[in-house]
Amino acid sequence: MRAKAKPEAEAITTEMTGAEVLIHSLKKENVEVLFGYPGGAVLPIYDALYRSPIKHILSKHEQGSIHAAEGYARVSGKPGVVIATSGPGATNLVTGITDAMMDSLPLVIFTGQVASTVIGTDAFQEADIMGITAPITKHNYQVRDVQDLPRIIKEAFHIASTGRPGPVLVDIPKDVANKTISPDYDSTIHLPGYQPTFSPNILQIKKLADAVGQAKKPVILAGAGILHANAGKELLTFTEKNKIPVVNTLLGLGSYPGQHPLFLGMGGMHGTYTANMALYECDLLISIGARFDDRLTGNLAHFAKNAVVAHIDVDPAEIGKNVPTQIPIVSDAREALRKLVDVDSETPDTEEWRSQLTENSKNYPLWKKTNTDEFLPQQVVELVHEYTKGDAIITTDVGQHQMWAAQYYAFTDANRWVTSGGLGTMGFGFPAAVGAQLAFPDQTVVALTGDGGFQMTLQELSTLQELNLPVKVVIMNNHTLGMVRQWQEAFYEKRYSHSLLPVQPDFVKLGEAYGIKSYKVTTQEEARGVFEEAFSHRDPVLIDCRVSGKENVYPMIAPGKGLHQMIGVKP
Amino acid sequence: MKRIVTATVINQSGVLNRITGLMTKRQFNIESITVGHTETEGVSKMTFVVNVDGDGKIEQLIKQLNKQIDVLKVSDITDQAIVVRELALIKVISNAQIRSEISGIIEPFRASIIDVSRESITVQVTGDSEKIEAIIDLLRPYGIKEMVRTGITAFPRGSQKSVTDIKQFSILN
Ligand SMILES: Cc1ncc(C[n+]2csc(CCOP(=O)(O)OP(=O)(O)O)c2C)c(N)n1
Ligand SMILES: [Mg+2]
Repeated sequence: MRAKAKPEAEAITTEMTGAEVLIHSLKKENVEVLFGYPGGAVLPIYDALYRSPIKHILSKHEQGSIHAAEGYARVSGKPGVVIATSGPGATNLVTGITDAMMDSLPLVIFTGQVASTVIGTDAFQEADIMGITAPITKHNYQVRDVQDLPRIIKEAFHIASTGRPGPVLVDIPKDVANKTISPDYDSTIHLPGYQPTFSPNILQIKKLADAVGQAKKPVILAGAGILHANAGKELLTFTEKNKIPVVNTLLGLGSYPGQHPLFLGMGGMHGTYTANMALYECDLLISIGARFDDRLTGNLAHFAKNAVVAHIDVDPAEIGKNVPTQIPIVSDAREALRKLVDVDSETPDTEEWRSQLTENSKNYPLWKKTNTDEFLPQQVVELVHEYTKGDAIITTDVGQHQMWAAQYYAFTDANRWVTSGGLGTMGFGFPAAVGAQLAFPDQTVVALTGDGGFQMTLQELSTLQELNLPVKVVIMNNHTLGMVRQWQEAFYEKRYSHSLLPVQPDFVKLGEAYGIKSYKVTTQEEARGVFEEAFSHRDPVLIDCRVSGKENVYPMIAPGKGLHQMIGVKP
Repeated sequence: MKRIVTATVINQSGVLNRITGLMTKRQFNIESITVGHTETEGVSKMTFVVNVDGDGKIEQLIKQLNKQIDVLKVSDITDQAIVVRELALIKVISNAQIRSEISGIIEPFRASIIDVSRESITVQVTGDSEKIEAIIDLLRPYGIKEMVRTGITAFPRGSQKSVTDIKQFSILN
């Protein structure tokens, strides 16, 4: 007990309910915005919120809340905070929680729960959210004693945002939220089982530096870990010093300048020929903050098979999980890169290797149809790039349009790229744009989405309308579940089972129903006119781009094939 | 191969669920699990016997377990000098005539008869898994009506120099 409490501290030590403690703790964590949806079990929390200045964004479905929180977290680096009621509110979050877990996004999720006295009785709107979310959260808590609430919230934010970031769920029974206590905010975090490694082992760094010095064909695979660690500058320094080419993972895009001569593009299933051949042929592979997803590696038997593999990751469990690793380095990416640059070491002679790669890039660049009147989906991405000067925050849904966005937007800066990688969640892109826009109100935010995926979460148009958020919704409308159609064309003899969408809503009328300026464009010229207008003001816009429905994403590594077996490389 | 892995965990509700859940998710075959309190209040120890394909898999298991917030320490103690114990209760069909015969069989195992009825007796035995297997083999011909095994619990010996387990029974060696 403090003898002479300041007025502010005084307020803290007075009696308050669990719900008020929660709101107060959120303030202490500098939470600016909550994404949520009310309901019976969280009524006490919403009542406390009613008297609080914290901004709350009412989505139209809890999935909208959580994807918005993910978008917010991805671009801001701060934890996205979500509130949902018990039972259906909580279960509606499950896809988003899994998505955040797969893509290492920091989220803190508060779910209401039925009163402690009836937990376990199949009470109204009771769901075992602790059990349901155990495998899809970094950690989860059920608050049994309201006195624990300040500590649990502190721990939740700490766990979500340190080490390898991830979602943490806090389940709060209604009676706990109602109970009045004198909270103790001084209670400290006590997590003896959680001490993420931050700094690398210096001997391992030296070992890697030696390997770099001896390499003839080194390549770096840079993943989202670079972005989480804010290590873009250090990566640039290290690669320029040693002249090592860089491949990005899908989620790592933006961690290296897209136009840099050392940049080879994205690797993996729809990566560039040059990037994949570099991963195939390299003699030293340095993976930083990437986890060797199967969509990146292709058939492991052919992946970097002549290379010494070094792997820098904050999560030791990722090292050696899929690819045998000779130089494991458990560390924050920025710390490791700093130490690597500091170590006195030889720089490799990579000139021959680089000219080989440049040759590849020249001969086998990304390509699309030419001499056609069709409005091509790739052109939409190029136009968006042009009219946003390559500087927008781009969110995508999942499918062909996602891959074209990844291939053609050429990100130059970090934290401008928001996509669902690990889980590949349709319905992610548009609400994620809402969250990203809330994190950066002055930035241009474009939701590049498919006609299929947009329809999974389009109810959030209502949120745009309500907040007049200037998100530009660009639907790459190919009248198909394009990626599914592509696989059916390639692997199922064109049996287009339930992948064609000839009947669609009128997206323009739909947008207008929500009071949003909406356009349909069918040619590149039309698109130019509309984009010019749409990107000149700060209002929400919806643009239904009627693109060719027959395009496929190339090049491609068919499932089961190796990185060197790309099909659809430029003829 | 069979590995013995111990995990020291904070005794939170849900920790068991998280751990068994991750083992299921990552397709580790658990042969047995035991959990119980330790000398430290609020801290429990789990002992797993798992069947894994190779060193990579066991390393992955240990790393995944370590990632859990409530897990304090994980060790693969298979190759250490350890004390391993399991308890089994075996209900054997037996009338009065063969009861003494069974007594004779179980005696070298330091097993005891803890329940007797007209048609059966219940034998309690503790030891490492081989010993339990051995006594089961010997009792099987009489007809085993019911049997439960606790799964093993284990920890490293006080001194790591004595590498061999001193067997407390003779007929097996
Ligand atoms: C929730 C969910 N359901 C199903 C899928 C499988 N899937 C992947 S891509 C795709 C098609 C997406 O169609 P659309 O949104 O129109 O994008 P396009 O591929 O045409 O660009 C589907 C159905 C998924 N990724 N997510
Ligand atoms: Mg489509």
